[in-house]
Amino acid sequence: MLRMQKLASAIQDAARMLLEEKKVDLVVGFSKGSLPLRSTPCFIRKPEDAAKLTWDCSCENNLANYLRKRQDRVAVVAKGCDARSIAALINENQIDRNNLFIIGVPCSGMVDRAKVEAALEGKDLIAVEEKGDTLVLKAIGVTMEVKLDDLLHDTCKVCRYGNPVIYDMMIGEPAPAKPEDSFADVAAFEALSPAERRAALAAEFSKCIRCYACRNACPMCYCTECFVDCSAPVWVNKSTGTDDNIMFQAGRVFHSAGRCADCGACDRACPMGINLRGMTRKMVKEVKELFGYETGVNPDEKPALAEFKADDPQPFLVKE
Amino acid sequence: MIIAKNALPGLLDKLIAEYEVYAPVKEGTYSLYKQICKGTEAYFGFLNSKIPPKGILFPQSEKLFSYSGAQMEECIDSKKKVVFGLRPCDAQSLLLLDSVFKNDKYEDPYYMNRRANTLLVGMACCYPAPTCFCTSMGGGPFDSKGLDVMLTDIGDEYLVEAVSEKGRELMAKMALSAAGDGQKAAAAKVRDAAVVTCEVKTDGLKNKLDANFYDSIWESFHEKCLGCGSCTYSCPTCHCFDIVDEARDCNGCRVRNWDSCMFPLFTLHGSGHNPRTTGKERMRQRVMHKFKYFVDNFNATACVGCGRCIKNCPVNLDIREILADIQGSEARSDK
Repeated sequence: MLRMQKLASAIQDAARMLLEEKKVDLVVGFSKGSLPLRSTPCFIRKPEDAAKLTWDCSCENNLANYLRKRQDRVAVVAKGCDARSIAALINENQIDRNNLFIIGVPCSGMVDRAKVEAALEGKDLIAVEEKGDTLVLKAIGVTMEVKLDDLLHDTCKVCRYGNPVIYDMMIGEPAPAKPEDSFADVAAFEALSPAERRAALAAEFSKCIRCYACRNACPMCYCTECFVDCSAPVWVNKSTGTDDNIMFQAGRVFHSAGRCADCGACDRACPMGINLRGMTRKMVKEVKELFGYETGVNPDEKPALAEFKADDPQPFLVKE
Repeated sequence: MIIAKNALPGLLDKLIAEYEVYAPVKEGTYSLYKQICKGTEAYFGFLNSKIPPKGILFPQSEKLFSYSGAQMEECIDSKKKVVFGLRPCDAQSLLLLDSVFKNDKYEDPYYMNRRANTLLVGMACCYPAPTCFCTSMGGGPFDSKGLDVMLTDIGDEYLVEAVSEKGRELMAKMALSAAGDGQKAAAAKVRDAAVVTCEVKTDGLKNKLDANFYDSIWESFHEKCLGCGSCTYSCPTCHCFDIVDEARDCNGCRVRNWDSCMFPLFTLHGSGHNPRTTGKERMRQRVMHKFKYFVDNFNATACVGCGRCIKNCPVNLDIREILADIQGSEARSDK
């Protein structure tokens, strides 16, 4: 797609300029990955290496994860969700705004690898060809044309903030506006009986292998000691077991209440394809409904759980 | 010998009557090795399972013994098992695990008991994936080493070949019909057509690793690594574990859990000191263990080229690229 190539070359130009003028020591962006339809985080320190930077519909990682507590001056290529996480991390004193240069890139959504796998019925993707709004996927004995829209990650489908909310330089044309998120998926979960909800969670979390890819991919999960790693007391058993797996994820989600930007990085990192957003989005919805707060959308706004207002709703304490 | 594909579930049912049978089971977009209760549950449509079958012999969470007051009970699993549809790379990985769990210094009764009671029925890989590099690691899509029986998909049937004496005995119980010349020719044809295209050069790699512990090359590999355990738990040869007691009052059990050298906790001392402080030391350990220390200890590389770590890495950190960079580097031992 020509639009993506233009964005990529604009990113390269920006990175080259920032490094040449010594405005930053490092540019964090994406380069071409080792697999088809896969980009990979990359770290550019020399202007001549800026040509390695790329941009396409496979730049799925949240690069805010690489920006905490850095001593060097960094530029980052940020799509909408990266920018929201960056804003949240600035709020939490994890990023020094003065040392960060944000190259904002409008984003229309990233491809969900699990959807590609599903389309190919487990066959390995060998090559991809971009054809307008469709992707031609090739595997052994299979060639199929799939609409890009049908392959986008669920996060991206409901995301209203494809255009970075915070940036120093904006590249490309803004992504079109999208309607308000209806949280239909969360509502469907809420409509289940407690036993059904428990069964649904158990079905998902029985798959967990406790690799902690979700936690480590999350820009907001940065505790020096994670509660699951604590051995005195033991909050969660080290052994895998559905109950402990749920407990781990529930603890993680509660801890990111009012901090989760619903970027979907956890969900995309999970090798087992667990629907982690089923849980994270419940918390995102609660915070939005109770406090009207969306993480990182208004960089100057205090995080919901870091502020108290006398008229904050407290339906869990008293009838309102 | 030969078996028709539509007769396979019936054959598996017969095996289930005598053994615990483990086979790949379809779980959405991937497969996992699971114990099956019915032959129809097995699914051979995918190449490599998402998580390797090592867990059948070396479970992710394994109860070693339980205790109640002064009463102790050891948990040794001696049930007869068949792993059906094992890929050649995974079979090779079990040979590597054997040297870890049984050597001149140590013998692990938990693993070895299962191992001694388990038959391995392999499934040759007719269509190796682009991430497969088994041929670079001493294996191959039709390599039968470590297996008892090998199956080759020839369309509507499988050609069944005994590899070991135990495999011959198992096949005798299956009452299969003999393979004709046409079927043998068909199997030879798929074997010739199955080509592993990816090559990872390992010549001289060990010599480089012998000298480059302090090389600056390790400064950059880990930079994008998230430090999760996805690669470790996807790896058929990774075998590090952590032992914990899970108890309430005097009742509980001692459990052995998979662990990963990519976690900071892996080397955290009781004193609070951690000898592997950053991702750099942890990534170096992972590469060194597979391609140097394992070679030093057991004269084999602890990688079978299954490609799972490549596919499962959330940031597309590719071991093939790391090895190529090391290969291309000048090994310097300067501190």
